[in-house]
Amino acid sequence: MSNTRLRVVVLVMVGVLLGTPALTGACQVPVPAHPEGRGDHCVRDTEFMRRNHMDVIRHKRDLTMRKGIRTAEDSLKECIGCHAEQRPDGSYVPVNAPGQFCQSCHSYAGIQPDCFECHATTPAALPAIKP
Amino acid sequence: MRNESADQGRRGFLGTATATVVGLVAAPGLSLVALARSPEAAVDDKSRWGLLIDTAKCSTDCTACTIACSTENGLTSHDRPASDAQWLRKVQLKEKATGRTLSLPVGCQHCERPPCVDVCPTGASFRRADGIVLVDKHICIGCRYCMMACPYKARSFGHEEMHDQKPYSPRGKGTVEACTLCVHRVDAGRLPACVEACQKDGHQAMIFGDLKDPNSTIAKRLAAEPTHQLREALNLNTGVRYQGV
Repeated sequence: MSNTRLRVVVLVMVGVLLGTPALTGACQVPVPAHPEGRGDHCVRDTEFMRRNHMDVIRHKRDLTMRKGIRTAEDSLKECIGCHAEQRPDGSYVPVNAPGQFCQSCHSYAGIQPDCFECHATTPAALPAIKP
Repeated sequence: MRNESADQGRRGFLGTATATVVGLVAAPGLSLVALARSPEAAVDDKSRWGLLIDTAKCSTDCTACTIACSTENGLTSHDRPASDAQWLRKVQLKEKATGRTLSLPVGCQHCERPPCVDVCPTGASFRRADGIVLVDKHICIGCRYCMMACPYKARSFGHEEMHDQKPYSPRGKGTVEACTLCVHRVDAGRLPACVEACQKDGHQAMIFGDLKDPNSTIAKRLAAEPTHQLREALNLNTGVRYQGV
């Protein structure tokens, strides 16, 4: 009887020891939370964009720069148009400010986005806020 | 106000339903009617954009074009004139023998055979199919060979970190930049900011248009009146032409 109890105690202890690193790991770097974009949905599926947005905008950048193709889809300007958080007074928070759409995930992934060394981080005019 | 329907009829490829007519007429004899290319369409070599600057109409003390350029493209000053970006500048000329003075705006001349493109080691300097010479800042390494090669001293270098750029005019530290002929406006069928400012001020010294369209105001003027390229002997076939120099 006591033997069985000892076994249970040992198993529980081992379980706790194995489980702890995973738990503490998750707590140290919380999954980023960022402001919701305006509009109903992104131009592509969220899962796709999460992994491939950089390729999408790089492809578009060459088309715009070299060939003058200025469609709204896949345009960085449009990304910022939807994803820059608007303050109550109508002004915008830069998308690369801490906790904002671009910066929150890039900090989490430890990647520096170079876009905003040149590109504007807020939309130019104030578009109508879509519900 | 008057429209030139001949200008409108020319560019057949623009005749899409999305194309809008932007007619800007400020004075008799000076008009531009451009059709906005549809956003999906790539530029082609059916057009070549150019400027004609009439120095007789360009006032020595007027800087409307250069101010409009800086405002449009967000060229902020760091109070260091030697290194501040300047895409368009007023040059004052004086003929020593007679004392005759004139003033003219000089920026990128949008050469057909641009020396900046020849020397660029990365392909960042390039000439668009419609003749606009640009810097692809994504691949510019900031070596500034193009600045040395340009016979018109038209290019600037981003020496310092930049903030509050215009969404349509990205600029950054460590890259070379120059007049884009307001490519974002041209693609939307609008006039470059300098030309618009000059017309608004009533000087009418600058005409923008398609050099390849025989019915455009600029092509007609070039065909009928004597005009010059700056440093013509270099045989660069510039897109910017001058009268009275």
